[in-house]
Amino acid sequence: MWSYLLRNLLQRLLLLVLISFLAHAVVHLAPGEPSEVDPSNPRMKPEDIARIRAAFHLDEPLHLQYLYWLRDLVTGELKSFKDSQPVLPKIWRRFLNSLPLFLCATLIVWSLSFPTGIHAAIRRGSLYDRTTTVLAYAFISIPGFFLSYLVILWVVHTLNVPVIGMQTFGMENAQPFYRWMDRLWHLVIPSFMSAIAGIAVLSRYVRSQMLEVIGQDYIRTARAKGLPEETVMYRHALRNALLPFVTMFGFLLPALIGGSVIFEQIFAWPGLGRLGYEAILARDFPVILTLNFIAAALTLAGTFLSDILYAVVDPRIRLQ
Amino acid sequence: MADLPRTVAPVDTVDLAMPETPLQEVWRVFRKDRLAVASLGVLLALLVVAIAGKVLTDWIVLVNPETVRLPEKFKPPMSYAATELLSVADRPPFGLYLLGTDELGRDVFARMLQGSFVSLSIGFIAVGISVLIGIVLGGLAGFYGEVKLGFISVDTLIMRFTDVMLCFPTFFLILTVVALLPPSIYNIMIVIGLTSWMGTARFVRAEFLALREQDFVVAAQALGLPAWRIIFRHMVPNAIAPVLVSATIGVASAILTESALSFLGFGVQPPYATWGNILADGKNFIFDAPWLFFIPGCAILTVVLAFNLVGEALREALNPRLRRR
Repeated sequence: MWSYLLRNLLQRLLLLVLISFLAHAVVHLAPGEPSEVDPSNPRMKPEDIARIRAAFHLDEPLHLQYLYWLRDLVTGELKSFKDSQPVLPKIWRRFLNSLPLFLCATLIVWSLSFPTGIHAAIRRGSLYDRTTTVLAYAFISIPGFFLSYLVILWVVHTLNVPVIGMQTFGMENAQPFYRWMDRLWHLVIPSFMSAIAGIAVLSRYVRSQMLEVIGQDYIRTARAKGLPEETVMYRHALRNALLPFVTMFGFLLPALIGGSVIFEQIFAWPGLGRLGYEAILARDFPVILTLNFIAAALTLAGTFLSDILYAVVDPRIRLQ
Repeated sequence: MADLPRTVAPVDTVDLAMPETPLQEVWRVFRKDRLAVASLGVLLALLVVAIAGKVLTDWIVLVNPETVRLPEKFKPPMSYAATELLSVADRPPFGLYLLGTDELGRDVFARMLQGSFVSLSIGFIAVGISVLIGIVLGGLAGFYGEVKLGFISVDTLIMRFTDVMLCFPTFFLILTVVALLPPSIYNIMIVIGLTSWMGTARFVRAEFLALREQDFVVAAQALGLPAWRIIFRHMVPNAIAPVLVSATIGVASAILTESALSFLGFGVQPPYATWGNILADGKNFIFDAPWLFFIPGCAILTVVLAFNLVGEALREALNPRLRRR
């Protein structure tokens, strides 16, 4: 068991290094450099560009640039090209903004999709099942920003309340209670909007997983020995149907960075996704690479965690 | 009237005389899902519209999506053109703006027609690329997995590479690459294709690993058939079902990805119209000209929904375990 974990951990570290190599290659080999962001500026002379390139180590070979990036990341000296701010504190601040949004959205997804999916599976073919199926597909198929705009319009028209940003402008000096209520309210719509696709996907998955388990022999056995339907469903079927969802915890973490670009952009939420978007626009390589590195590390950590959790909850699996 | 009894023969004998081909069986199951059949109809109609769009806007220019008519901007749908203000070449067909005009007086109907072809081809080409890579890499890992390249086996090499690709946040990666590359419709297709093959590769590998042990493959090997023939004639057709399902759903998500890229300003650049960039431009005029927002939005919703429903119904129809229930 311990040797398995150690081996697995080493493999993942190796993968992480490979990923950072690849990310570096993609970002640096693609055309477009930070020194060329403003090519029409007449004050930019060739010697200025050369100076900028030297300052950012852009004139050195790729492997040296990689080593510089790694050294600066490890020592915490890594600075953004755009504003020379240290990258890690910058990411940390944005992370603190993204975190409540992410937590709320995840909470909504997991607490709504399980009841929906289980109910649909138990009453397979009923009106409820068919309605939720069509609704789920509709929510998967609608462009996220289209739906968000419709909801924003509707909320602003009927409730007449602000929805954009993290707090209402001018509320900084209000009583703490009102400030908190304001922030909480600003959290509601963005988190629902970013949760909607997740609810649709996950509830479908819960449904199919439940159906799979309900078709098994041991469910028939449980019914045959006269157990009440409640017990059969919630103790025998649901417990087994839940197993694969443990692995899904692993895929939640990276959504912190990648999944939120669109919604943070719509709701002007100063989070990680938007930081990445701004960094891409400015060709801010250190920020892009570090965000990518963190996302990959989170994914690897998440899958590692889910491997272990799976072995813990499912006695049939032994790690060797 | 005399031969009536013969035509209503017992069903059993008919079945015995003509056993169903697998394709007929799939169609029989698929047909039961009325929603999926309707979706298939929508998709066929879309195909016709897309081809008509290509023909009418590009080859025989009957409706021109690029004509700018500044006096005619923000005309609501079904309004007549002020023909006295326009030269003959600039007039829309029948002098009618079927779906209105946008902020430059361009005919939205013409733009939607052109966009249907562009959006659909983005979906198909991106998925084509991802399926091709997925089958090749998954097939290699499944069939030649045990071959050693130095100290590492082919299977390890390919599957670790797949893991590496899975660790990138996909949309962020697409965004990075599309933003860094010069804007072009082909780059978008290629980038979406190159970042979405991992699922296909994984289940093609799994199918191949299972198929390789089966009797018909062992028999084919015993007959001395060349490897490429075993792979392409015997194994790929048996592994194609899940690929087909994920490809159908992949087209849907490629269209959605394109519209999300358009929203962030990295989509297909003008003068090409796609449904995504019509929608993304339309959001700026949501109060003045709501049709610029709702028409492409509903079009995307309908088509993506149709692709998803057909994909799901195919999954049911192609899965023999679900079929017998």
